[in-house]
Amino acid sequence: MTPIPRQDGPPVVTLRAAALSYGDRAVWSGLDLDVRPGEFLAVLGPNGAGKTSFVRALLGRRPLSGGTLTVLGGPAREAARHIGYVPQQAALSAQALLRARDLVRFGIDGHRFGPRLRTAGIRRRVDEILESVGASAYADVPLGMLSGGERQRVRIGQALATDPRLLLCDEPLLSLDLNHQRAVTELIDARRRSHGTAVVFVTHEINPVLGLADRVLYLARGGHRVGTPDEVLTSESLSRLYGTRVDVVRVRGRVVVAGAPDETTGPPHHPEQAHETDGVRA
Amino acid sequence: MTLADGIWHQIFDFTDYGQLLALVRNSLVAGVALGLVGGLAGVFVLMRDLPFAVHGISELSFAGASAALLLDANVVAGSIAGSLLAAGAIGVLGARARDRNSVIGIIMPFGLGLGVLFLALYKGRAANKFGLLTGQIVAVDTPQMSWLLGTSVLVLAALAVMWRPLAFASADPDVAQARGVPVRTLSFAFMLVLGLAVALSVQIVGALLVLSLVVTPAAAAARVTASPVLLPVLSVLFAVASIEGGILLALGGSIPISPYVTTISFAIYAVCRVAGRLRNRRWGARRAVVREA
Repeated sequence: MTPIPRQDGPPVVTLRAAALSYGDRAVWSGLDLDVRPGEFLAVLGPNGAGKTSFVRALLGRRPLSGGTLTVLGGPAREAARHIGYVPQQAALSAQALLRARDLVRFGIDGHRFGPRLRTAGIRRRVDEILESVGASAYADVPLGMLSGGERQRVRIGQALATDPRLLLCDEPLLSLDLNHQRAVTELIDARRRSHGTAVVFVTHEINPVLGLADRVLYLARGGHRVGTPDEVLTSESLSRLYGTRVDVVRVRGRVVVAGAPDETTGPPHHPEQAHETDGVRA
Repeated sequence: MTLADGIWHQIFDFTDYGQLLALVRNSLVAGVALGLVGGLAGVFVLMRDLPFAVHGISELSFAGASAALLLDANVVAGSIAGSLLAAGAIGVLGARARDRNSVIGIIMPFGLGLGVLFLALYKGRAANKFGLLTGQIVAVDTPQMSWLLGTSVLVLAALAVMWRPLAFASADPDVAQARGVPVRTLSFAFMLVLGLAVALSVQIVGALLVLSLVVTPAAAAARVTASPVLLPVLSVLFAVASIEGGILLALGGSIPISPYVTTISFAIYAVCRVAGRLRNRRWGARRAVVREA
């Protein structure tokens, strides 16, 4: 296990007896968790176990139904400026009208009203960010013409544009091939090592981040587990979580979970993300 | 004179052009304002996928204008009232894209029906009636002109203030919301701005052809550039060229202005589409190189 680079300082995220429900249906409850600076927390679990709700709660867009949540010492809503958010890949309606650099720039000053002043400094900053995520080559290409992996690099650049203290990634590896998965996770890992940024990484597939995750939050219908990957991803731990016999097998450094009632071993049931090319390429 | 010659002279006739030009000075000034408003609003209409909403709003704008005509009130004010009503209703009832189109589909024929009713009751000049649907050029008198310019200034000021967060919220709503951008408020605010922009365009091209000023120029610009500076600039240039060109050509002929405006606007789009294809081929080549590398 690689040592966790920096764990000093107060926790970035603190959850105490946190619960979230839709109407009568509890999604998760009794969640106690601290995420420290520089820590990589992987959030795992089957569809419908509340992974996306967890992200929305951290963004302050979904109030808890019980317990407390603080982000950087205050309510989640007030921390928005310090959170870098990488949303699930979805085709943007304005893809043809937006270049890679424009998306990054939104991350810097897109929320400000009024005309734009002093643009030279911001432009330089955008160039630096694009360089740092290896996206300089296609900075001026409309997003609709980028591949999924290229677009995801730009997304990470956008999320890092404000020097966030928490990086919140919702399924950032969906529909990426193995090379791009590795490139994206390496970018995220480099960032937390150089800046001590805490990372909350939601994924249905643990293997791409197995070597990086310090801890795992495993959400399932009816419970959750928090701990290191070695503690949580065992047959015994997951069998108890699901209340049925689950086998966790390690094959050549990969974890395979078999028998979980609602676990999917393949990709989740998201509609296949079509690569929009605006009808330009076959 | 052959039949073809007769038709040609109805469409293009430049005798006494100088005297005619003086008559439409107001319209030419209004045209620049409309080009600015339509061209800029069009950028967000594309980003937010709202062309159908533009059409829906323009039909209610037509109803408002014809009500004003019947009551002998200010036609521009009536048209603005109808527009804002429609834009507000679409903004409130159709926040989600899927609901929006059916809301528009319900509002639009109702507006058109009301407009037809008011026009049927109106006993004044027939040209006034027809003008609301298909456009007119000499209709802009001085009091209307103040309304047009005042509203244009209001729209431009609103767009200047909210341009950046509106662009963020339109292009990337999920992240914009996470960053604290008031996405819903902006969405509603833009519907009202769009309502005003549509009401202005109705005055020149008529209710049926507003899309040629509010959508086509921006769509043409989007074919050749994705730069956030060049896109609105080109869109405005295309919109102004369509209106002013339309007014100047329509002056001599005896047919309404809208076919001239829509034809110029469409021609610009066609040219941009071809030019855009060349640009895309260049990007395509870049991608092929990257893939081989």
